Amino acid sequence: MLPGDRSKYPRKQEELNLESGKYQKIWQGPQHPGVTGNMALELTVCGDEVVDCKTHVGYLHRGFEKLMERRKYIQCFPIVCRICVPEPDTNEYLFAAATEELAGLEIPEKAKWLRTLSLEMSRLASFIMWIGGQAGSFGMGTVGQWTMVHRDYILDLFEELTGGRVYHMYMLPGGVRDDLPDGFGGRLEEILQKTEKLLDDINKVLFNNSVFKKRAVNLGIITPEMVDKYGIVGPNTRAAGLKRDIRKDEPYLKYSELDFDVITASKSDAYNRALVRFRETWQSIDLIRQIMKAMPKSGEFYNRPPNVLHWKIPAGETYVKAEATRGEYGYYLVSDGSEYPRRINVRGPSYTHAIALLEKLIINTNIADVAGLMVSLHTCPPEIER
Amino acid sequence: MSIKDILSPFYVWKRAFSKAFTTKKPLEERPGARRYRGFHKNDMEKCIGCGSCEEICQNAAIDLVPVEGIETKDGDSGLRPKIDYGRCCWCALCVDICPTGSLSLSNEYIWIDNDADVFRFVAGKEEKPWDKMEAGYKRKGDYRLTIPDRIEMEMLPPETGLKSFREMVKGYSREQAQKEADRCVECGICVATCPAHMDIPRYIKAIREDDLEQAVELLYKTNPLPATCGRICTRKCETACAIGADGEPIAIRWLKRYIIDQVEDKQVRKILQQKVFGENKKKVAIIGAGPSGLSAAYYLRIMGYQVTIYEAHAKPGGEIWYGVPAYRMPFEDLQAEIDRIIDLGVDIKFNTEVGVEVSFKKLYDENNAIFIATGLTEPYNLRLEGEFLSGVLTGLDFLEKIAKGKEVEVGEKVLVIGGGNVAIDAARTCRRLGAEVEILYRRREEDMPADDEEIQEAKLEDVNIKPQVIPVKIEKTDGKLKLIWGKAEMIDQGQDRRPKPKIIPGKSYETIGTTIISAIGQKGEYDFIPPEIKDNIGFKWKRIVTDKKHQTGDEKIFAGGDIVNYTRDAISAIADGHNAAKGIDEYLRSDD
Repeated sequence: MLPGDRSKYPRKQEELNLESGKYQKIWQGPQHPGVTGNMALELTVCGDEVVDCKTHVGYLHRGFEKLMERRKYIQCFPIVCRICVPEPDTNEYLFAAATEELAGLEIPEKAKWLRTLSLEMSRLASFIMWIGGQAGSFGMGTVGQWTMVHRDYILDLFEELTGGRVYHMYMLPGGVRDDLPDGFGGRLEEILQKTEKLLDDINKVLFNNSVFKKRAVNLGIITPEMVDKYGIVGPNTRAAGLKRDIRKDEPYLKYSELDFDVITASKSDAYNRALVRFRETWQSIDLIRQIMKAMPKSGEFYNRPPNVLHWKIPAGETYVKAEATRGEYGYYLVSDGSEYPRRINVRGPSYTHAIALLEKLIINTNIADVAGLMVSLHTCPPEIER
Repeated sequence: MSIKDILSPFYVWKRAFSKAFTTKKPLEERPGARRYRGFHKNDMEKCIGCGSCEEICQNAAIDLVPVEGIETKDGDSGLRPKIDYGRCCWCALCVDICPTGSLSLSNEYIWIDNDADVFRFVAGKEEKPWDKMEAGYKRKGDYRLTIPDRIEMEMLPPETGLKSFREMVKGYSREQAQKEADRCVECGICVATCPAHMDIPRYIKAIREDDLEQAVELLYKTNPLPATCGRICTRKCETACAIGADGEPIAIRWLKRYIIDQVEDKQVRKILQQKVFGENKKKVAIIGAGPSGLSAAYYLRIMGYQVTIYEAHAKPGGEIWYGVPAYRMPFEDLQAEIDRIIDLGVDIKFNTEVGVEVSFKKLYDENNAIFIATGLTEPYNLRLEGEFLSGVLTGLDFLEKIAKGKEVEVGEKVLVIGGGNVAIDAARTCRRLGAEVEILYRRREEDMPADDEEIQEAKLEDVNIKPQVIPVKIEKTDGKLKLIWGKAEMIDQGQDRRPKPKIIPGKSYETIGTTIISAIGQKGEYDFIPPEIKDNIGFKWKRIVTDKKHQTGDEKIFAGGDIVNYTRDAISAIADGHNAAKGIDEYLRSDD
């Protein structure tokens, strides 16, 4: 316990008497198929009911934020995408946008469209991977196998567009690295149609599945009151009926020119959260089509900054944010006017979702549902440990 | 929950027979996408070993190493990137920054070996299956991280320039200079190429950081005539510049000029004053106040020697004063620069020709060391009939007369024979005197030894260049001069050698002019040295032979500048002066 008066911050419940023989400690993770990424849940169970949980992170610490303080701005560019495997593009975009904002660098129109496309494609890939995880965590691994394949189809497209499958390293300060390859639109459309078929099937086998319904409905309910208290963002919030989406509220890149609604549900339990994400997956497909339609045929895609080997960014600080699949993702960048960033703080949505919120929601759930609950919050430990 | 929710999941069987996505390696191959970032390729011929890839690599995966078969030379460090695949993250920033465009990535992504050491390899050296692959990540079109375009230097338009001897180049503003300085990748290949080994990347960095006093210090470390070199240097550094490999080289010369133009004379003097340390009683005589002599004088002076320069002319600077027209090098800038050196305590005796006003023997006996930097003062003869007719001048004499402010009547049409800088300077000077000018050169235009920029500027000033012309005879007709010449054909001399011009017999041509200026080169003149000393010095092809310390066969005598080196330019002369100063210092200290 930290020194000082902590009476204002009481523990959420009275201490459990572990000596009583009534409770048992179980570790879920750090190596466990039921946790997302590398983190551990220290569960205290009574029978098969979870009565207390402590989350443990630290298994995945790579020190990115510190590394970047010793790198020039351009050298941070290959690092940021590695913060998050399922959705590296958000990191790339936010780092580039923050740098551009402080440096006063405008990016060309075409680059904005290409960035929007890349971001939306990565949202699609991330959602598809998440569906597999959600189904798998409830024992329906078949869906997981389908989705991994389909994610790879999208990665094929990324490979074509950016030159990389997982870490795209595409959006660098000043724009993007290359234009669309020839015939990209056609192949993209093919994959989108394939994905639509997949989503139809998933709708049948997952969302119209009595087992899924029985386990997911009413699991881990987030009330609208909890949203601000816990700092909850993204689909977790929208499922609770709150219309919050950065793409709509504070549009960045080209989102203001795209036609879409914020998808909400009435009650944020695991089932509705899944449903919101599922519908956002469909929305992503639609948005990609809209982007491809609006994409300028020609134009510059890169506005060269001063020599990147000694690029000094004027002193200042900024916070930029974007809507990732898991919710608001933010970069806080501080420059002291030198060639190196003074501080880059990465604020991923999982920080609250996987620690504070999960510890709260997990109480009184069944051990078997812990994995499903965790995935239904769509947590991603890499962004907790930058 | 309905019955549908129980039946619906059985749809999973539908996909039981769908085609697998996995590739059956090794039966099937899946090539990477066209712009996939796979293994490195490097075009060893194109690569200059500048190390920009090493500089940008955030993982320190690239190391520049010497490679067998690749020699260090001007514009090539002789090193090549060695890539460590234990560290590489395939971001390809090395490709984006590569100034030459030699580095690229193939789309090959599988490489299996049981020896972990092979994954540290020099791309392009060891043959790899992907070397020949066309697809992969390349720097395309305009996309690159280096900045290929130079900040344009403002100049007087030719029409205005021709009206006077006003300086043509206007110089960079602070903003322009900083922008130009920003383009530098700090590879330092220029440093090795510069005869004086000036610390170019560091003074360019000082410009970026607006620390011009630091920049001045850096300039004077290796070059006491920065304002001169900032204007008329032959700038070998720019030929070697990495950015110049696929773009316009950094305007190193103009940046140097910017530094010295911006810092006040008072401030520069203060910096120089601090450099003089110690005084010793040893005396050094320097013959000739040209760039080499002045450079030696400066470095010897700051080392504490008692330096006396003997100069035959009334003004210092040698060829810079008398040979370079004022539109390229204004007299007041040159004077200010030289005064800064003289005022450090250098004794300079003008109008004192060694061998006439003062004997060489006297200098030899009264000084601890002598530095000869007399330059090339004797123009080569055309060896033609009619060469000594009135109206036929030599380029050096002509430029000297102009520099002395004498009136020279050239008439309405001048023919200049030669293709070097003297020829161009003479031609452009004649244009300013109002004459029509034609340059006659025996080789092709691309063979002209004159600076390319000068040739272009001369053309803008309507100087007509006639290549492959071999003069045969000069005659006088109606008070004008008639040059009879023959057309030359170029005889191939094999690789790396300029083709040789040979006159096509049978046909001859004529050109009429009022004045003919011959500027086909010049040689050294050594009659001022007494024969007994001359015998010890050692000559070869009319040049003085010296060792690396610029010491001649007579240990007391050092020599430098055009009479020693083959590059025959100001910067080499300055470098010679510096090296000779070091040599003299070493020699005189060994006496102690």
